[in-house]
Amino acid sequence: MAITMTLLDAINYALHYAMQEDKNVIILGEDVGINGGVFRATAGLFEKFGSSRVLDTPLAESMIAGLSIGMSLQGLKPVAEFQFEGFIYPAFNQIVSHAARMRNRTRGRLNCPVVFRAPYGGGIHAPEHHSESPEAFFAHVPGLRVVIPSSPAKAYGLLLSAIRDPDPVIFFEPKRIYRKVKQDVENNGEGLPLDRCFILREGNDVTLISWGAAVYDALGAANQLEKNGIDAEVIDVACLKPIDTETIIASVAKTGRVIIIHEAPRSGGVGGEIAAQIAEHCFYQLQAPIKRVTGYDIAMPYAQTEQYAIPQTAGIIQAVTDILENL
Amino acid sequence: MVNNTVAKFSIEYYQYLNAQGELINPTEKLPAWAQDFATLQEAYRMMVLTRAFDNKAIALQRTGKLGTYPSSLGQEAVYIGIGNALEKQDVFCPSYRDWGTQLIRGVTMGEILTYWGGSERGSDFQASTAKEDLPNCIPIGSQCLHAAGIATAIKLRQQSRAALVTCGDGGTSQGDFYETINISGVWQLHLVIMIVNNQWAISVPRKSQTAAETLAQKAIAGGIPGEQVDGNDLIAVQDRVSRALKKAHEGGGPTVIEAITYRLSDHTTADDASRYRKKDELAEAWQNDPITRLRQYLFLHQAWSENEEKQLQQICSEQVAKAVDAYQQQPLESPENIFLHQYATMPTSLATQRDEFLAKQQQQG
Repeated sequence: MAITMTLLDAINYALHYAMQEDKNVIILGEDVGINGGVFRATAGLFEKFGSSRVLDTPLAESMIAGLSIGMSLQGLKPVAEFQFEGFIYPAFNQIVSHAARMRNRTRGRLNCPVVFRAPYGGGIHAPEHHSESPEAFFAHVPGLRVVIPSSPAKAYGLLLSAIRDPDPVIFFEPKRIYRKVKQDVENNGEGLPLDRCFILREGNDVTLISWGAAVYDALGAANQLEKNGIDAEVIDVACLKPIDTETIIASVAKTGRVIIIHEAPRSGGVGGEIAAQIAEHCFYQLQAPIKRVTGYDIAMPYAQTEQYAIPQTAGIIQAVTDILENL
Repeated sequence: MVNNTVAKFSIEYYQYLNAQGELINPTEKLPAWAQDFATLQEAYRMMVLTRAFDNKAIALQRTGKLGTYPSSLGQEAVYIGIGNALEKQDVFCPSYRDWGTQLIRGVTMGEILTYWGGSERGSDFQASTAKEDLPNCIPIGSQCLHAAGIATAIKLRQQSRAALVTCGDGGTSQGDFYETINISGVWQLHLVIMIVNNQWAISVPRKSQTAAETLAQKAIAGGIPGEQVDGNDLIAVQDRVSRALKKAHEGGGPTVIEAITYRLSDHTTADDASRYRKKDELAEAWQNDPITRLRQYLFLHQAWSENEEKQLQQICSEQVAKAVDAYQQQPLESPENIFLHQYATMPTSLATQRDEFLAKQQQQG
């Protein structure tokens, strides 16, 4: 039976399901136990599964990552929470130098099935370091998966698959839409593929490519564009590493126009990689230049001005109008 | 005002033999295991083998047959002591010059040469006793946290095993080292943290690494016991590590052991220690050679002879030569393997790159 849930609820349901399903799944992080996490993503797990499976750690992010790696090398499946994405940097060395490489380093003898979860992105008027979009750092690293859900159903299915996956996964949860949308989701343990983009809306005139919270802005833009007779296709990339370029290229080859939308700063963002793939594989099908609607190359502004750094529906519509006018 | 001492700490230092191989306290009995000469002879053999291996590896590097190589010259008592103290079911988490221990764990000389010869195959340990052991860890100190994670798994599963990690004196300046001490104390982990203090982190001497009088005392801040042992005294090392492991197996919590030794070699074959280290210091350190010390002890107790020494040297160099032959006959790493182990299942995007690569390889013949 389907349950109406928020994205945050979906994370919680998936964690409950995964822990029930596999006794090797261990939750660890700061305040994840009796407090249930600062966003309550791990609520109820401590009560249900006890202190040997839900571990409140000392306050040290590199430790959370390094510990998870060691635990995974003994066959456990740690799901580690970083309280905010902006606090993941001390763990960068552990994730990049070890979690991502242990399989290759040992020619498959050892592997690190760890999920590194973190709330992600801006839009909740939080202090500095609580509103970042660091996905490009991780999407550059061989051996990692980078997954960002955009809805309750995606969060549920993708998190379950991430936990079941034998390789390390960075799982960023768009906190701006943690509680914004509700959706009916079957709590049936079904995972979603980690190697495919999702086409959320089919269209013929332009492809809007996005992930995380920005997907809603893309969908909002598509709805308004429809009123102007413009038929937009919307792709939720969801898995940024490894990325499903086939779906993206097929869509752009069909529509001939593409807008890539992400909250992270533009330079070196994953949008650049997507643009390059499109240019390499369907340049001759393009009817307009590739365009990006992204955050600027600035430190994420504080609460008073953060909305100026986050792509908005109006900006996406403007970008579409621009490339159509330039024909 | 109130002015009370609220806590006091001390660091013990352990040693049985002096540099001449004599018992420092002649009335004291050695631990039971060390009263058996056969056991000490075996440890001695492993120390000599480790040195023979190091010498040959450096020669191979100098003639272009091996990559950059970090010798363990002078540190043999530490590594053999650890190796002998570990039980099969324990997990060894090395730094990157720990062959002495690894050879005892069943890692082969061929695997070690393969690793330093530039192939990841060298860390695919085949011996069942080393299957769960970690590969070498190059980012300094970061392995400590992996050992803590392994020890966490052991504790959660209530197993009678432990993890043992080694790091150098330089490694104790890393945050990951401190974080390991901290978590192992809070969670009372089945863990032994070995600081192999060889006095030099490449060109930085121990005194420039920290103002702390000992490295062992860093344990105290994490609420766990720390101690020093003479790292050139095989008997002392093996005894202290065995005790710490036994305690860990029984759930008695972690221990930090600082083994005081000396890096008689350059940092690696890419280093030239004469740029920063005085000749006199090195000459003095040679007077404290761990292999000479144990041999002297055995000589003094008529448990070793010149003839046995000659035979051992011969056996070791033959053993090493055999491993080197096999290493040199081994085919080079196959190029397509660079793609194979990035993920359990190769992603489509990576398979495309591999196919591109293979096509190019074929074109070039």
